[in-house]
Amino acid sequence: MTESSDAFVEFERVQKSYDGETLVVKDLNLNIGKGEFLTMLGPSGSGKTTCLMMLAGFETATHGDIRLDGKPINSVPPHKRGIGMVFQNYALFPHMTVAENLAFPLEVRKMGKADIEAKVKRALDMVQMGAFGGRRPAQLSGGQQQRVAVARALVFDPELVLMDEPLGALDKQLREQMQFEIKHIHEELGVTVVYVTHDQSEALTMSDRIAVFNDGKIQQLAPPPTLYEKPDNSFVAQFIGENNTLDATVDSVDGRFARVRFNDGTLSRALAVNCGGPGSQTRLSLRPERVEFDANVEPDEEGVTGLVKELIYLGDHIRVRMEVLGNRDFVVKVPNGAEVSELRVGETAGLTWRAEDCRALDAA
Amino acid sequence: MADATAGDGIAPEENRSASGLLLSADGTPLKNSIARAERRARIRAFLLILPLLAFVMVSFIAPIADMLFRSVENDIVADTLPRTVVELQDWDPASGVPGEPVFEAFYADMLDATEAKIHTRLGSRLNYEESGMSSLFRKTNARRLGRIDDTQPLAPQFEKIDEDWATVEPWAILKTFSARYTPGYFLQAADMKLTPEGVESVDETQQIYIKLFWRTIILSLTITCSCLLLGYPVAWLLANLPMKSANILMILVLLPFWTSLLVRTSAWKVLLQEQGVINDILVWIGLVNDGARLVLINNQIGTVIAMTHILLPFMILPLYSVMKTIPPSYLRAAKSMGANDWVAFWRVYFPQSIPGIGAGAILVFILAIGYYITPELVGGTSGTFISNRIAFHISTSLNWGLAAALGSLLLILVMGLYWLYDKIVGIDNVKLG
Ligand SMILES: Nc1ncnc2c1ncn2[C@@H]1O[C@H](COP(=O)(O)OP(=O)(O)OP(=O)(O)O)[C@@H](O)[C@H]1O
Ligand SMILES: [Mg+2]
Repeated sequence: MTESSDAFVEFERVQKSYDGETLVVKDLNLNIGKGEFLTMLGPSGSGKTTCLMMLAGFETATHGDIRLDGKPINSVPPHKRGIGMVFQNYALFPHMTVAENLAFPLEVRKMGKADIEAKVKRALDMVQMGAFGGRRPAQLSGGQQQRVAVARALVFDPELVLMDEPLGALDKQLREQMQFEIKHIHEELGVTVVYVTHDQSEALTMSDRIAVFNDGKIQQLAPPPTLYEKPDNSFVAQFIGENNTLDATVDSVDGRFARVRFNDGTLSRALAVNCGGPGSQTRLSLRPERVEFDANVEPDEEGVTGLVKELIYLGDHIRVRMEVLGNRDFVVKVPNGAEVSELRVGETAGLTWRAEDCRALDAA
Repeated sequence: MADATAGDGIAPEENRSASGLLLSADGTPLKNSIARAERRARIRAFLLILPLLAFVMVSFIAPIADMLFRSVENDIVADTLPRTVVELQDWDPASGVPGEPVFEAFYADMLDATEAKIHTRLGSRLNYEESGMSSLFRKTNARRLGRIDDTQPLAPQFEKIDEDWATVEPWAILKTFSARYTPGYFLQAADMKLTPEGVESVDETQQIYIKLFWRTIILSLTITCSCLLLGYPVAWLLANLPMKSANILMILVLLPFWTSLLVRTSAWKVLLQEQGVINDILVWIGLVNDGARLVLINNQIGTVIAMTHILLPFMILPLYSVMKTIPPSYLRAAKSMGANDWVAFWRVYFPQSIPGIGAGAILVFILAIGYYITPELVGGTSGTFISNRIAFHISTSLNWGLAAALGSLLLILVMGLYWLYDKIVGIDNVKLG
């Protein structure tokens, strides 16, 4: 399902500016395959909602083309695009009951009464809200409103559904449950979903592919495991999951690996992913769970020593905060076991990792 | 510690009296302690609103109560002619002119009244009911009463003062209006009158109040509708334009508030008159023949136009405050589901703006129905409201009782319409901000 070659939604060199001075979306190129669950993930203000609104037709692209199923939609008004949408605040019509809300898109399509009733019932059952058809949105809990909003976006069988932070207002537990349900519905119906969030764990659990946005640009577009394990640049490494950074200078590049020099003069090897030639600054990225306490450095491993600053007991594992080469927030995750008991706050310890797991990225 | 208090077998956390009431720490029933604690807060709250309460009582409730009282009050007959009123009680107008005891009582009463110089006031009061009573009482003055010889039969001597005293009518009127409270003013306000024979409508040619009430209601409704038609799009713009333009527009909406009402109304006179700006323009662009200029002022059209302009902000502001709270995402949601602009507006936006319409309409209608200055200035004779008639009775004809009755009827009317509105639209649906 991932990496579909026949693009259903295409953004081609799309730019957007609200005020004519700053570009909110800069040169966006994005292909979304049919049936794909694509998430736009990024910090606040990075232009995610703007992209969604351009796709839905509520904002016009300043430059570039947006194509839906091969046809340019720049001049198609929103109500003719046939795109289902779930808004951040749900936008359920407060003066209509749940059933009337769901019937609305069918009524404007001039569907027969019996058809409408059947479809509304099916959609409500799909989100387990069958018993709530007669209620007003105000009489529902946040999670229930959210389900109704999803059902309403799907009831007229759109091929594409956009969701703008639909779970933003829910508490953690409910959010996790709804993530599962939305994912489930997506798999069942096979609709294409473009999902916006700034919660990375939400993006990782639900998506086929994630587009990481920052500063109006897609930083990386990849399936979740790739994004976590092989970040292309420092922003993605830092934004997705926990990350340790070490600043260094490139000494030489030799095939896949780069030889880098830390500030204290020690040399080390790292995977040359996104670093410049010899002499340029680089930032090394290391996941906390890929670092081990070990004084013996094996041939394919790299090692440093660090000062143990803090031990945080989390049951199954221990987080060790260390000071390593000037970085005071270097975190190591160790499984709870015999080796942890040897660690003492204030003592130095040897750290090792595989050169494969240390990625030399841009110094930004 | 729990053991110590649980000795009598009652739950340790709670103090309970023998009857099971919850007790507070010092042993008084919990309900009493709460009441005591809350009483102080209530008294303080009451003291805070006391000045306002006093002000409202003095300046609002009291005048209304006084008006309601005046509309039925009729002390003057019983106070001026106390003995006559008592004598007249057993008299039946069908039996002809009353007998000598009535004349004796009347003579004594009138001596007192003329001495206090209050007999003409009684005349004026009774003249509201029957014309001629005023001159009758003016004729029966101290000088003429002085010539009466009270050892002789009085009836013929009164007949000499004015022959009307020898007829049944003035006595019947006196008897009819001798009660201290009378429905007379209200009947008059409803184009009816109280006669010795009972209640009957006045001559068709003299019926004005019912017509005036109807006109007031119809014109007020027209004004409310035109305010809504003109105000809705403006309020929508206000709520949806970018901040900067919206602020300028808001100033334009509020501008009329900063201009004197009199100036604005007079400006309409200049604009609307036959040789005025509007007619000139219409003639100039050829829409209207110079010989047939439109009559836009001193009639109902003038009243509607000027009042619509003056009351427009009262429609726009509540509408705006409601529309401001309707998030644009509703319209977007409607459109994303396939509704075109009109359907999205009509099915989604409009229903949510109804509380604003309700608030604006009620405000404008109630203001319009009691409006006075503008109809007076631009309404001519056909475009005046009931309030103009009330003002006439207060300041010109000095028939305060009738003015009070008309005012009370207006009040009842407004409350009735309010009730109707509540039944149909629901007052909960009104939102002022
Ligand atoms: N209507 C608008 N007029 C002008 N600027 C806007 C408008 N809407 C958004 N912007 C600007 O565009 C940028 C991107 O906004 P956008 O809403 O797309 O961010 P986002 O990624 O959805 O953020 P969030 O996660 O907070 O929702 C922001 O800097 C914002 O200030
Ligand atoms: Mg957003």
